[in-house]
Amino acid sequence: MKKSYQNIEEIIAEMPAIREICISLRETLLANLVMLGEIPAPTFHEAARVNFLLQRFSECGLTSTSSDECGNGFGILPGRDSERNILMLAHADTVFSAQRNHTVSVRAGKITGPGIADNSLGLAVLATLPTLLEKLEIKLNSGLVLMGAARSLGRGDLEGIRFFLENNKIPITAGICVEGVRLGRLSYASAGMLRGEITCRVPEEYDWIRRGATGAILVLNEVVNRILGIPLPRRPQTSIALGSIEAGEGFNIIPTEGILRFEVRSESSEIVRQIASELDDIMAEVMSKTGAEVTLDIVARREPAGLTIGHPLVKQTREIMNALDLRPHITPSISEISVMIARGIPAVTIGITEGERLQEPRETVLLEPMFTGLTQLVAVLLAIDGGFCNEPE
Amino acid sequence: MNLNDWISRNTFHHSQFWDLKQLIEDKEKLGLTISLCLPTLNEEKTIGKEIILFKSELMDRYPLVDEIAVVDSGSIDKTREIAAAFGADVYLSSEILPQVGEKKGKGENLWKAVYQLKGDIICYVDADIANIHPRFAYGLIAPLIYNEQMKYVKAFYDRPLAFSQGVRPSGGGRVTEILVRPLFSLFFPELTCLIQPLSGEYAVRREVLEQIPFPIGYGVETAHILDVYQRWGLDAFGQTDLDQRVHRNQSTLSLGKMAFGILRTFLARSEVLGSTADMKQFSTVLRQFQAQNEKYEQIEHEIVEEERPPMNTLPEYREKFGKEYISSKGTSSTG
Repeated sequence: MKKSYQNIEEIIAEMPAIREICISLRETLLANLVMLGEIPAPTFHEAARVNFLLQRFSECGLTSTSSDECGNGFGILPGRDSERNILMLAHADTVFSAQRNHTVSVRAGKITGPGIADNSLGLAVLATLPTLLEKLEIKLNSGLVLMGAARSLGRGDLEGIRFFLENNKIPITAGICVEGVRLGRLSYASAGMLRGEITCRVPEEYDWIRRGATGAILVLNEVVNRILGIPLPRRPQTSIALGSIEAGEGFNIIPTEGILRFEVRSESSEIVRQIASELDDIMAEVMSKTGAEVTLDIVARREPAGLTIGHPLVKQTREIMNALDLRPHITPSISEISVMIARGIPAVTIGITEGERLQEPRETVLLEPMFTGLTQLVAVLLAIDGGFCNEPE
Repeated sequence: MNLNDWISRNTFHHSQFWDLKQLIEDKEKLGLTISLCLPTLNEEKTIGKEIILFKSELMDRYPLVDEIAVVDSGSIDKTREIAAAFGADVYLSSEILPQVGEKKGKGENLWKAVYQLKGDIICYVDADIANIHPRFAYGLIAPLIYNEQMKYVKAFYDRPLAFSQGVRPSGGGRVTEILVRPLFSLFFPELTCLIQPLSGEYAVRREVLEQIPFPIGYGVETAHILDVYQRWGLDAFGQTDLDQRVHRNQSTLSLGKMAFGILRTFLARSEVLGSTADMKQFSTVLRQFQAQNEKYEQIEHEIVEEERPPMNTLPEYREKFGKEYISSKGTSSTG
């Protein structure tokens, strides 16, 4: 590889050669993917997976290989300029419980297992990257901080990245979040978000005859119907996802407690606030109508923030994607970049490959597109390192 | 021999061998070559993952293994295609030593691997392990590198740990506990030290593999244990705890066939038991029952435990490896 690049076109011209080297590391990447994927890592219990990542970082000779008190894992590839550091991270947790069978299967062209796309592949890319850069003979000007981020999903609420940025002493100049899926994804702005749990408790002495309703399920059903009645604007883009509902144990025992988990996303923080207020009204009304106790627990909240589409980091990333024949799929994110952007660190989230059955136990990633995804990642890293993604002073 | 002494001396846990750099240094000092053999028959679901892990971890990252070979019995699925795509050397068992013919069975693949592969140590790992990990190979190879007198290292998977209910019973599968362990207890009490004598994963020195016969079917592991024990004694064995192994569970009827084959292999070695059973007098038919509605039907399975002779009795082998023939009585002659 060249020692330095004068412009983004020179980096793009190197991409076919970068891709060849990526392909030559296929077994290394897949072995990392399989071994990481078979270590369960539900949110708050990522330690074993992070330890494996650290072991890989140590074997590759990274410095400052360590974990912090929040459970994040780090390895640093020092650059020539200690004042400039790029943070590349992948979240280490998955939505699957440790009790689930985490066996990964490898077939011709695809790999399947719980959490394999979200985000075992992102972590496997981090574990493989030092070897890849060494093979490419790339010496970065900036330091590269590789981070397996803990406590990211659900109730974790990005605690890992928050903790790191609050306590870190290393100057971070840019960030890249790596997600397994999907190739072509480009997130450079975070949506406003409100994530919560609505718990409904029906008293034991509930007067079944007077209410004509049966238990927590029907009360939650009432809540769901009311939520679906909230008008959502098309602009700014807004959505409410009802993610899970839990109540009851059998066929004929009326449950007295139920939980509904939901997430509101909007490009506007004002709309998020309005919806939160409507949720309060809904709960008050359902309580008075049914006599059940309904409570709302907000587990995560984000303010919308982001780079503009014209920001050099976004522009160069799109250019690289176009050169790889990838059509950028621009989507706002609620992941780690929101914390970085909120702190003034320009950051993007990019995906590595195509996938199927996401967030299901038989989550699957395709092998072949991974090499394009890796090439894209290396090119974006080189573009940041070369200073082509900085805003004009 | 004090069996508890043997167990503490010759029983390992794979975590003892975590330092692969050290292991490779010792391997290189000894000038050893190591082959990994995966016998297969229709294993397309698991073979790709095994090869990726072994190749990446034990060839590319830590060069412990010099070759990874799949010896296939004629799979009709994509086993050979996937294995080759992920970088293994793939051989069809029938194409190795074609002049000696083709027999069907895992033992046949293991025997032909002795001719085809080049390693001073051959490590056999079944291809149907869902939770495959590099420990399945280095955990078995390492004791041979660190212990010169050791010749045959077997895997076991169930740890006799104290747990909340007292001590967890440890041992092998159903055929081990119902058939093999009682037979060993009766005739070869020392061999009861082996926690899972039938496990399909073992690493063995070539000098041993070339001198022992290979039953081609169910009896290959039992035959190896009896033959190695007779020839080199209990100290030739080691065993390594590889933690959990997740694989296909077999039906009781399949295990019945396995037990029958093992029993025939055992009795064929009756000379060492002090009796002279003529195996030709014994039936080769196993009878099992199957029921359909109210009707019971007897199913007959012909199970003949054919054996391949010690590899060093073949002139082709002696020529390929420049070996002398050493008979089981210790006399030698050239090929």
